[in-house]
Amino acid sequence: MQLKERIMRCLGSDVLAITEYQGDIVVEVGKNRIRTVMEKLKNDPDLSMDFLSDVLGVDNKALYEKAKKKAKKKDEAEAEEPKGPPPPRFEVVYLLLSLKSNERMMVKVRVPEDDLEVPTVTDLWKAATWPEREAYDMFGIRFKGHPDLRRLLMWDEFPAYPLRKDYPLEGQGEERILIYDA
Amino acid sequence: MARDDYVKINIGPSHPAMHGTLRVIAETDGETIINADPEIGYLHRGVEKLGEHLTYHQFIPITDRLNYCSAIANNVSYEMAVEKLMGLEVPEKAQLIRLIMMELARIADHIVCIGILGVDLGAFTPFFYLFIQREEIYEIFEWYNGARLTNTFGRIGGVEADLPEDFEARWNELKPNLLKAIDETDKLLTHNRIWMDRTIGTTAFSPEDALNWGFTGPCLRACGVKRDLRKDEPYCLYDRFEFDIPVGKNGDVFDRYWVRMLEMYESIKIIDQAIEMYKEMPEDAPLMAKVPKVMKAPEQEIYSAIESPNGELGFYIKGDGSDKPYRIKIRPPCYMVYQAFPELVKGEMIADLIACLSSLNIIAGELDR
Repeated sequence: MQLKERIMRCLGSDVLAITEYQGDIVVEVGKNRIRTVMEKLKNDPDLSMDFLSDVLGVDNKALYEKAKKKAKKKDEAEAEEPKGPPPPRFEVVYLLLSLKSNERMMVKVRVPEDDLEVPTVTDLWKAATWPEREAYDMFGIRFKGHPDLRRLLMWDEFPAYPLRKDYPLEGQGEERILIYDA
Repeated sequence: MARDDYVKINIGPSHPAMHGTLRVIAETDGETIINADPEIGYLHRGVEKLGEHLTYHQFIPITDRLNYCSAIANNVSYEMAVEKLMGLEVPEKAQLIRLIMMELARIADHIVCIGILGVDLGAFTPFFYLFIQREEIYEIFEWYNGARLTNTFGRIGGVEADLPEDFEARWNELKPNLLKAIDETDKLLTHNRIWMDRTIGTTAFSPEDALNWGFTGPCLRACGVKRDLRKDEPYCLYDRFEFDIPVGKNGDVFDRYWVRMLEMYESIKIIDQAIEMYKEMPEDAPLMAKVPKVMKAPEQEIYSAIESPNGELGFYIKGDGSDKPYRIKIRPPCYMVYQAFPELVKGEMIADLIACLSSLNIIAGELDR
């Protein structure tokens, strides 16, 4: 059976969206279901996604703004504000691999800006320890239950999240701010 | 003993025994390590952020600065990721040239790792024997594309130039010397009493733990797991070559050293076969796929990984329809290995901490990005 079908059979209604491009399957699931989904994917005998390659964050802010601009240009006359709540700004992507069948897949979780908390998967795979710390460091996404959620690449007093799209490439002059008292 | 009685020792970030700007804060009881906390980020240059502001081609030179011991593997890994995103088909001859260059880079990388491991444990001679040959490999790189270390090898869609005419002659000149140097290192180290005492059993790791921590490459194979992307997920024509995947048993420093030693012999075997295959290819075979002048990637995301000398080196790239990547995430192999460092060295001696660090081949450029 194809990987896509097996994933659908294993996860069922937890799948919000499933896409395939160049053989890479991306499964989108809800934020509060991610723990259950990851456990299922790891332990299901048909899938056995037992190796976590990486965890990473994505900031979609610029993408949404671009889409908005495009839509406005298209029909300026009937330009209206989109209804409903805005789409969640951040994404956390988990790269999974099955050592048995050498198949890869991605699991994606959308994280809204006002609730930046995702359950950790460090107890399923210890490999998630530093990648989750890095996602926290770079995007400010907090991983609930992470044993040691500190900044990783930036220093502890750094006041911003540098990989967010609204952070300028040249920085905000943080290197000149010296903090002497903790 | 109360926690306050442990002695905290700060090693690095600038220390002769640390490879690049790494820092470990070790809590010790006498000479025994109770806890070791690695602190990284001293070489953080924001490579991923930079990538979002450069076009797809402009990012290639930056990938040189990840694992600077084998820049070619990084270049090819990135190019393959972009080619996957764009849906480009690379001509066979270009793939073969990439393969030859990557295997040379693998040998150079392993030479650095083994040579420095020897130096850290007090064996200076193998370092010189090996590094002379490493220099010869870099001469070949320089001869091919003008740079020793930061090669910027290849283009998206292929390679920039054919191999030089007398490449085979040059390789045949290098090969016996290289084999001799590796053999000499083997004679000097492998059955050396001091070497064995220092390395066998030091920082051993079980295969289950290694997989749980996300180990790949020689560090994983040293634990006895036979996994190599060259065989398991073949790319660049690797499925047409005959070579073995050496594995260790205990996952200790010795096994990591030994796996790397055997891999160098395998790489030489692969290059020999590749040159034979290269000779059979027509001289005017294309080297580049049809690539548009302004490269615009679709709004999609992909992950592509290769077996770099250190392990699985992957690139996650998300396009947004423009000529710049929307998000690049690099999965460096030694980043995943280094996060298990506290668990690896717990209960070992301070001197073994250095041995372990060298055997993992932690490269700061790749670690911090």
